[in-house]
Amino acid sequence: MSSNGDILVARQVRKEFGGLVATNDVDFKIPRGSVVSLIGPNGAGKTTFFNMLTGVYKPTAGQIVFDGEDVTGKPPHAITERGIGRTFQNIRLFQNMTALENVMVGMHARLRGGIVGSIIRTPRIRREEAGARDRGRELLEYCGLRRTDDEIARNLSYGDQRRLEVARALATQPKLILLDEPTAGMNPQETAEFTAFVEKLRTEEGLTVLLIEHDMRVVMGVSDRVTVLDYGEKIAEGTPDEVQKNSRVIEAYLGKQAVEGGGVGGS
Amino acid sequence: MAETPLPDHRQPWYRRWAGIPGEWRRRWRGMDARQRFQTGLVLRVLLLVFLIWVSWPLALFVAALMVIQYGTPYLPRRLAPYSRFLTPTVVLIVVILYPLYFASLAPMNILGDYPILGTMVVMGVYAMMAVGLNIVVGYAGLLDLGYVAFYAMGAYTCAWFASVQFANHKFHFGAIGVGSNTPGIHISVWILLLLAGLLTALVGIVIGLPTLRLRGDYLAIVTLGFGEILPQVARNGDNLAGFNLTNGPNGITPIDPPGIGNLNFLTGSGSFWTSERLYFWGVLALVAITIFSSLRLRDSRLGRAWIAIREDETAAAAMGVPLMRTKTWAYATGAFFGGVAGAYFASFKQSTFPGDFSFNISAFILSMVILGGMGNVWGVVFGAGFLAFLNQQGLADIGHWINDTFGTNLDVPKYQFGIYGLIIVLTMLIRPEGLIPSARRKAELHEGVHDTPLYDARHDAA
Repeated sequence: MSSNGDILVARQVRKEFGGLVATNDVDFKIPRGSVVSLIGPNGAGKTTFFNMLTGVYKPTAGQIVFDGEDVTGKPPHAITERGIGRTFQNIRLFQNMTALENVMVGMHARLRGGIVGSIIRTPRIRREEAGARDRGRELLEYCGLRRTDDEIARNLSYGDQRRLEVARALATQPKLILLDEPTAGMNPQETAEFTAFVEKLRTEEGLTVLLIEHDMRVVMGVSDRVTVLDYGEKIAEGTPDEVQKNSRVIEAYLGKQAVEGGGVGGS
Repeated sequence: MAETPLPDHRQPWYRRWAGIPGEWRRRWRGMDARQRFQTGLVLRVLLLVFLIWVSWPLALFVAALMVIQYGTPYLPRRLAPYSRFLTPTVVLIVVILYPLYFASLAPMNILGDYPILGTMVVMGVYAMMAVGLNIVVGYAGLLDLGYVAFYAMGAYTCAWFASVQFANHKFHFGAIGVGSNTPGIHISVWILLLLAGLLTALVGIVIGLPTLRLRGDYLAIVTLGFGEILPQVARNGDNLAGFNLTNGPNGITPIDPPGIGNLNFLTGSGSFWTSERLYFWGVLALVAITIFSSLRLRDSRLGRAWIAIREDETAAAAMGVPLMRTKTWAYATGAFFGGVAGAYFASFKQSTFPGDFSFNISAFILSMVILGGMGNVWGVVFGAGFLAFLNQQGLADIGHWINDTFGTNLDVPKYQFGIYGLIIVLTMLIRPEGLIPSARRKAELHEGVHDTPLYDARHDAA
């Protein structure tokens, strides 16, 4: 357990692409068991930040501590193994594998089967595989995918593909799950269902959730804390109510005029 | 005024990209499941008619396989779980008994005689190598243009430990048909097969660790380089700091034959256990083990990770798949089978020369994988068998047939690599997923049924 009950602490994290500063010395904390949202206009550096947390990018400077352990610059699989699961903004399923296989790939780090064992198929491997298959089915069901186990991922509907991404991320047995715009392209009904699902993840599974989201109803409805990025800088942090009233946030989203004019309009 | 060219889809078929095959493919895409089933049935009947003309026993065999394919859904439920063993069992029985009946088969039309046992051994060796390469290329999606390096490594391992190459050492262990006073290291070939596999896998790991960080074309180029380097080492290995490792261009010969008990594969025993039959059954066992392992691996944790890497590296890494380690395992496993095949082949030929390991062989094995169907073990075995057969016997016989029929005077085997190239080009145009594709590849290379109307609508509207 980390001392202050934060599952993830990012200190002065910075990422430069050539001359472009994508995230500028961002300090960030996720309290254990909470739902935290990361918002900001397009190009604010949210996904870059995500990618640094999950090891896809190596930060230029700064430190990321997960569960009391420094994970800065570790490769993605090592970070996943330590308990950070993620989904992708543009769905990145294994398109030509079945739904169940997708989920079972997610369990890779939790299974042990090696080459020789897999060829001989020892009783231990048999048990492991059967267990993984059962767990995969349960996960698919849990995420609301019924009777799609053997369906090829690319043939699933858009909403089901999003759900499958979450199921796959859950299969890595994460302590912290990062969801990158999970409701993009969903209709209001699906969005409402998804919000309830995130709530369920927290209460039933005891997961900590980090959310990138554009839909403010989702953000304000489900988050304990909200962090706002703009041009790679953290411009606000706090409860949803606080952030909503923050003038810099309104400025970032609606432009300077809106703040000075005291509201939206005058375009 | 310049005329605006018509868009591709409005051109007549002979102007469109890929011409007739493209047209066929487009029609195939437009069909629904029922039409596809019917078309498939008609095409199969046409294939059978053609095969009956070529040779009726072959047609009978293919017909039996088709009956199994169409018949399994109608099996009683009690037998359903065993239906997946049906095809392999039938194939295995037909192939195991092959040496006993092939002499009485009449020659085929066009293709000439059925493969003799020596040809069958070569076909089997290539099948093993193709299945090994399929793990690297078909499962993990890593293009390897230097697979011949593994073949060479396996062959030389066998040569070192089962010949008089190291004449100032004397070590005998389980070797058959070697006089007790013969100098050199002589270890049982069966042990050497395993040793060759392991050593080659080790070479695979050593080559893989620095190169597998590269992606796509860059990886292909580096593997191509290694495929050239290893045979060169063999060629110049007769004086490595004064040590004769490979005997240079003269190669290492003779290499001991394998044997079981007192049964020597080279001399055989009696009229039943002839040398050729023994080598044939030996390679058959090895191929069976290779196929079995390959299938088991595909359905394992590792196999899933390989396929996931091929589909999307970033996503695979984010799901906890260690990229380097997993790719290296794919490379090592592929190398293992290549090494075993190389060692058996060396023992069969009783020799190994640096000239055996040209780039042609790498390309040849890759062609087998592409022709048969990347990712599908059965397809790859078929592709390997067919191309190796053409290489050994078929092309010469086809040449005779052409010359007899058309009164020409062509030396067809001379154009072999042109012909293989043509086969690959045609495969990629007409059936890019290979003759017997894996379901996954098929889905990948053809858009699904759902996509087609959308695609057409978008273009027609434009």
